[in-house]
Amino acid sequence: MGFRPWSEIVGQTAGTAREMPDGPPVSSSVSLPVHNGRAMGTFSQMTDSVAGGTSASAVPATILRPRHSVLVRVTHWLITLSFLALLVSGVEILISHPRFYWGETGNVNTHPLFTLPIPSSRNTVATGYGYVLPDQNGWSRYLHFESAWVAVLTGLFYLAFGFCKGHFRRNLLPARSDLSPKPLAISIGRHLRFKRPSEEEAWSYNALQRLTYLLVIFVLFPLVIWTGLAMSPAVESAIPAAVIALGGRQSARTIHFFVSGFLLLFLFVHVLMVCLAGFRNRVRAMITGRPPQLRSEYEQDLSA
Amino acid sequence: MSKISRRKLITTGLAATAGASGLAVAAKLGERYGLMPPDSGGLYGAGETLTYAAQRILTRHSLAREFAASQISKEPFANEVAPLGDGFQRLQRSAFADWRLTIDGMVARPASFSLAQLKSFPSSTQITLIACEEGWSYIAEWSGVPLSHILNLVGTLPQVRYVVYRSIQPDWWESIDMADALHPQTLVTHGMNGGELPVPFGGPLRMRVPRQLGYKNVKYITRLTLTDSLKHFGKGLGSASPEGGYAWYAGI
Repeated sequence: MGFRPWSEIVGQTAGTAREMPDGPPVSSSVSLPVHNGRAMGTFSQMTDSVAGGTSASAVPATILRPRHSVLVRVTHWLITLSFLALLVSGVEILISHPRFYWGETGNVNTHPLFTLPIPSSRNTVATGYGYVLPDQNGWSRYLHFESAWVAVLTGLFYLAFGFCKGHFRRNLLPARSDLSPKPLAISIGRHLRFKRPSEEEAWSYNALQRLTYLLVIFVLFPLVIWTGLAMSPAVESAIPAAVIALGGRQSARTIHFFVSGFLLLFLFVHVLMVCLAGFRNRVRAMITGRPPQLRSEYEQDLSA
Repeated sequence: MSKISRRKLITTGLAATAGASGLAVAAKLGERYGLMPPDSGGLYGAGETLTYAAQRILTRHSLAREFAASQISKEPFANEVAPLGDGFQRLQRSAFADWRLTIDGMVARPASFSLAQLKSFPSSTQITLIACEEGWSYIAEWSGVPLSHILNLVGTLPQVRYVVYRSIQPDWWESIDMADALHPQTLVTHGMNGGELPVPFGGPLRMRVPRQLGYKNVKYITRLTLTDSLKHFGKGLGSASPEGGYAWYAGI
């Protein structure tokens, strides 16, 4: 079953919305509901028709835009693609020297800060394993830097438009009241017990999500880009302070590794939460912009 | 199914044409101003072109960091090289007295300098960091003749855009553009940490390009060739590195 873009569906009349490919079955005899004298083709109306005439109260009637804006959807998947490429190529580069140092310099003759207990793709690194992995650094480095360009340009585009359109203020800045310890503790407790999110939460991010996304967007990504650039000899020649501030080239490499680890941890938790909240619905919302199917409506519809 | 409207078709067509011609113009301009690396084709060409062009626009004249004498690594690491051949060992037995550096290609006065001659040229010393693409690094004091001095002696023709340099080791060659070739810190190095450049570190003669990664710093160099195009060297990708899957420009 193919998906149609949400915008296309919104633009249609309630009558054609019945043909929505993967919505719950809607009888063709359902009359077109008219709520509050709204013009046809608005979001609340279409939801009504899809839901087989249930009350629209679960859905804020004012929402006329898709769950995720085009900006968020496009940049989300571009970052996903480039991040996965950066991850795979980064691991490949890492195994050519799985030792970490602090300061400006470090090599197999110097004492490492720590060593990863993995085999290496270089025979000059003593790993305790009796074999050497094949060298994959050539294409990995090419791919790493090309993906880094995609990620950085996408990120800049996202930041510029996000600020202009009020995306960060509206969708990501947590309300002050949500930041006091009690609601935060409740939210953390719900997450730790793997509670399914409530239906209203399908419409916006909760405070914990907002804080996490802000941390990823404004701390982890800038830090991983900075530490990555600090390992470029040409960038170092132009902006030596960028390396000195981190404590040296090897410190930059070590921080790059840890920040990447945190980003990977975020990816795991993010995907886990998406699965918990309903993988199909959430992924569809991020592709088409169509809001998540509300469970109670779907169940009511099935029982009708 | 929705029908593709005429307006949509025209808009898409115009956008595609504008995009394609925009890219073509950008490529032409890039070529004109030396912003296209020789390995700008293929799957990773776009990324490499962006990196190289950005560095040439932003960091053309920047100087590599120089460190204090106290920061010189006490335990530098000399990466492995393929076994040195008979030719090298013969020269090594006579303390490299017969080692020569030949300069040819687009030069007014092709020349061949002995090691002793090179050592008599004005020398430059720098304490800089060398970093391998694998991730490790060390700091050393390097002494040698600035490549720009040698290029002045032989007389670079105006159309020259690259310097190709070769090792005595077979199939080990690299090239750099004139921004790096004329850069004051690019040295034809013959000394390290106050002494002769040890053989494991590239002695008797090593190209030192401190604004690029270790693999551009070819050991045991014997020949420089000046050229306006890299098309006819090897597979035309600029150096042995892209032929082995590694980027030509290693300034990142």
